Amino acid sequence: MSRIKEFNLPDLGEGLAEGEILAWLVKVGDTIELNQPIVEVETAKAAVEIPAKWAGQVRAIFHPEGTTVEVGTPIISIDTDPGAGPVEESTTGTPSADLPTPSAASLAAVEVAPAEGAVEPGLIGGPAPGGRTAVLVGYGPRTTAAKRRPRKGAVPVQAAPVQAAPAPVAPAPVAPAPAGNGNGRAGGLVLAKPPVRKLAKDLGVDLATLAGSGPLGSITREDVQRAANGTPAAAEPLTVTAPATAVASFGADREQRIPVKGVRKLTAENMSRSAFTAPHVTEFLTVDVTRAMKALDRLRDRREWRDVRVSPLLLVAKAVLLAVKRHPMVNSTWAGDEIVVKDYVNLGIAAATERGLIVPNIKDAGRLSLRELADAMAGLVQTAKAGKTSPADMTGGTLTITNVGVFGVDTGTPILPPGESAILAFGAVREMPWVHKGKVKPRLVTTLGLSFDHRIVDGELGSKFLRDIGDFLADPEAALLAWT
Amino acid sequence: MAKGDPGVTGRGRRAAPRSRKGATGDPQLVQLLTADGERIESATGPDGTEYRVDFTDEEYRGLYRDLVLVRKLDAEATALQRQGELGLWASLLGQEAAQVGSGRALRTQDMAFPTYREHGVLYCRGIDPIMPLGLFRGVDQGGWDPNEFKFNMYTIVIGAQTLHATGYAMGVHMDGRTGTEDGEAVIAYFGDGATSQGDVNEAFVWASVFNTPLVFFCQNNQYAISEPLERQTRVPLYQRAGGFGFPGVRVDGNDVLASYAVTRHALDNARLGQGPSLIEAYTYRMGAHTTSDDPTRYRIASEVEAWQAKDPIARMKAFLTKQKIADDAFFAEVDEQARTESVHLRERVLAMPDPEPVTMFDNVYPTGSPELDVQRAQFTKYMESFEGSAH
Repeated sequence: MSRIKEFNLPDLGEGLAEGEILAWLVKVGDTIELNQPIVEVETAKAAVEIPAKWAGQVRAIFHPEGTTVEVGTPIISIDTDPGAGPVEESTTGTPSADLPTPSAASLAAVEVAPAEGAVEPGLIGGPAPGGRTAVLVGYGPRTTAAKRRPRKGAVPVQAAPVQAAPAPVAPAPVAPAPAGNGNGRAGGLVLAKPPVRKLAKDLGVDLATLAGSGPLGSITREDVQRAANGTPAAAEPLTVTAPATAVASFGADREQRIPVKGVRKLTAENMSRSAFTAPHVTEFLTVDVTRAMKALDRLRDRREWRDVRVSPLLLVAKAVLLAVKRHPMVNSTWAGDEIVVKDYVNLGIAAATERGLIVPNIKDAGRLSLRELADAMAGLVQTAKAGKTSPADMTGGTLTITNVGVFGVDTGTPILPPGESAILAFGAVREMPWVHKGKVKPRLVTTLGLSFDHRIVDGELGSKFLRDIGDFLADPEAALLAWT
Repeated sequence: MAKGDPGVTGRGRRAAPRSRKGATGDPQLVQLLTADGERIESATGPDGTEYRVDFTDEEYRGLYRDLVLVRKLDAEATALQRQGELGLWASLLGQEAAQVGSGRALRTQDMAFPTYREHGVLYCRGIDPIMPLGLFRGVDQGGWDPNEFKFNMYTIVIGAQTLHATGYAMGVHMDGRTGTEDGEAVIAYFGDGATSQGDVNEAFVWASVFNTPLVFFCQNNQYAISEPLERQTRVPLYQRAGGFGFPGVRVDGNDVLASYAVTRHALDNARLGQGPSLIEAYTYRMGAHTTSDDPTRYRIASEVEAWQAKDPIARMKAFLTKQKIADDAFFAEVDEQARTESVHLRERVLAMPDPEPVTMFDNVYPTGSPELDVQRAQFTKYMESFEGSAH
C-alpha cells in the first residue's frame, strides 16, 4: 500500500454505471482533510458532493469538469503523507493499518473498459484481490473480465461458461454443478445481450465474426460499433489521464452515433412529455419596440446603471412579470384534478450552454426591482455559461422566456417546460419598414411568440397576456404608469 | 333554502374553505423546548394530557451528548457511502431529537420495531452503531440479536414492521405481560409516507381492536422520498388515530424533551394495558431520502432553511447554555468524543471482512434443511471450480 492513493469514482446510487464531473472543489497541490468535499458529481439520480476519503495533498486530477466517468475509474490521486518528501515512483511505503486502499487494481479495472450495460446481476464475482470493488450494491457490481477469477482448467482468454449462476435446483435428483467445460462459443452460440444483438443487426455486423471483450467473452456494444466503424476489435487500453471523450468521427457508413445522455437525454424526455401531454397553442405578435429600445438607452446612461448589463431581454422579462400580475392564471400548473395557480413567478430563462439547453430560473422574480432583476439575470447567465447551474436553480420554474432572437431568427413555437403553462419566445429586434404615425418608416420591430397550455389558458386569456407584454414593449413608460 | 335548514348549515360548513395547509399546519404541537431553546414548563395534548419532564442536569447533558453523537456517526456513514464504502445510507439528519427522545423513553423490557433510518434509536438501545453499516455495506444481514437488545432488524419494506409490531404486541398482551407498572410495551417506527400503506392501516385496526400495548411512532419528516406531505394526507396525521379508536398526539419532533415526554406517557399507557396510541413526531428530513436521492430536485432551499432554524441540537445547546447546565468545555468534550467515535467507526467499517459467499446459507433456518444443504453443496462445488479458491 503506498502513500499515494487513487480514489475511484464509486457507485453513488445503487447500480449506476457512470457520473459526470460537475466541478472540482480542490486543485492539484491543495491540502485536504478527511471528508472534505472534493468534487461534485452528477449521476442519473443526483448531483452530490464527494468527501475526501483520505487526508493529504492532491497530487493529480484525472478528469476535467464536464467529463463523464465510468464507475470504478480513478478520478483523483492523493498523497496521504505529503510531508515525507518526494514520492518514489515505485512506492513501497509501509501499509497503514487503518485504511485499505483500492490499490493498483483500480488501474487494472480501467484497462478493460466495461461495456455499456455490462451489469451482470446474476454473476457471482469473487472479491477483488487486494481490496474491495468500488461498486458495492444495487443491482450488482459491473463485473469486468479483469476482476473475475479464471475458472480452473479454462483456457485463458477463452470465454467462460454460459451459465451466469448455478443451475436451478431440481426438487428431487441432485443436478450436478455445472462443470467448467462449456464456453461462450459452444454450439455456435455467441454471447451478446439483446440490445447488442439488435445493434449488430441494425449495423449489419455479424456477431459470429467478432471476438467479445465483455464479461465471459460476451460481445459488447463497443465491439459491435468498432466492427461497424472498421477499426480493429482489439480493446485499446484507456489511459488514465486522457478523458474518454466522444470523438466526432464518421465510420465507413458515414453515420455517427451519439449516445443519448445527460442534458440531451433530459431535454428529450421533458420536451416529448410536454409536447404530448399539454395541448399547445402558439400565438404571435409583432411589436414596434423603438421606444423601448430608446428607454433602454436612457437607462444605460444613468449613473447607477452604468455597470449593469441592460439588454432587451430585461425589458421582456419585466413585461412578462407585469403581465402575469394582471393575468395570474397563466402562471399555473396542471395537476391532474386541479390547477395550481402560483402567487410567485420563478422566471425561467432558456440558455444555450456547452452542455446543451438548460433553463435556470429566477426565484420569485415578481418581487424583484428592475435592478435586482437585471443582476439576477446576469448572474444566471454567467452561472449557466460556466456550467455551474445547480439542480435547484433548474427546478421549480413557473414561466419561461426563450430568447431565440440571439440566434438571429424572428420567432418560433416554443414547447412548454413540463409543469408550466406559458412560454414566450423573444425574436430578434430588427429595423423594418413599419407604419408609424401614418408613414412607412424604418422602426425597430420584434416578434413575440407565446405558447400556452390550452387546458388552463384559453385563447382569450393567452391573447390578453401576449397583448399586455406587447403593450409594455411598445411603450414601457406608459404601461408602467398605467399598471403600477 | 330556508334559514335554519340543517342542509344549509351542513353544506355551509363543508363549503368553508379548507386549506390544504391543514395537514402541514401547527395544531396542538406538544413542545417543551422552543426552537430558541426556551424551556416550556408543561404542554397539553389534544386529549388534555399534561406533558412535562423532570431531568437532572446530568440527564440533560446526556441527551445532548446522544444527539451530537448520533448526528456525527450518521454523517460519517453518509461520507463512507460517498466514498464507495457503503452501498446505500439513509441519513437521519434532522430527526435526531425524535429518535433520541423516543429511544431514551423506552425501558429495558420494551420492544422496538424500526424502519431503516432508526440509527438514533438503535444507538439508544445500546447496539454497536457499526451494525447497520455492515448491513448497508452488504457484508452481513444486520448483525444484532433482536431479542437481546429488544430492537428488531431494520425493515426496508415500507410500513411492514407495523404489522410485525402489532403481532408482537398482541403476543405480549396475551401472555399477560401488561397491566402493571412494570409491564411491557412495544413501539413501531414508521414515516409519513408509510401512513398511506395498507399495512399501516391494517396495523392500526388490529392494534386497536385487540387493545395491544403498542405505540405507533410516526416521524413525519414531510416527505415520502419526493412526495410532500400534502400528497399523503389532508388531515394532520395524528388525527387519523381517532378514526381507529385510539388517541393520537402531535409532538415537536425536533424537541428531544417533548419527544421523550410524549413517548414515555404513551409507553406507560401501553404497559398498563390501556391500548395503543399514535405519536406524530413533526420533524424534517434535512438530508436526502437516501444517498441515491437528490432532494434539491423537489424541494426549495428556503424550506430547508426554515427548518434549519428549528434544529434539534442547536436548541438543546442554547437551552443548556442559558441555564448554565453545560459550558464550552463540555460542548468541546462532546464534539471531541463524537470525532473520535466517528474515526473509530470509519476504521472498523473499512476493516470489516467480506463474507465468504457460501455463508449466505448459514442463517436461513436455525437447523438447516435438506434442500438447502444440497444447494450449499452445489454452490461450494461451483465456487471451487474457480482458480485460487480457498474452499
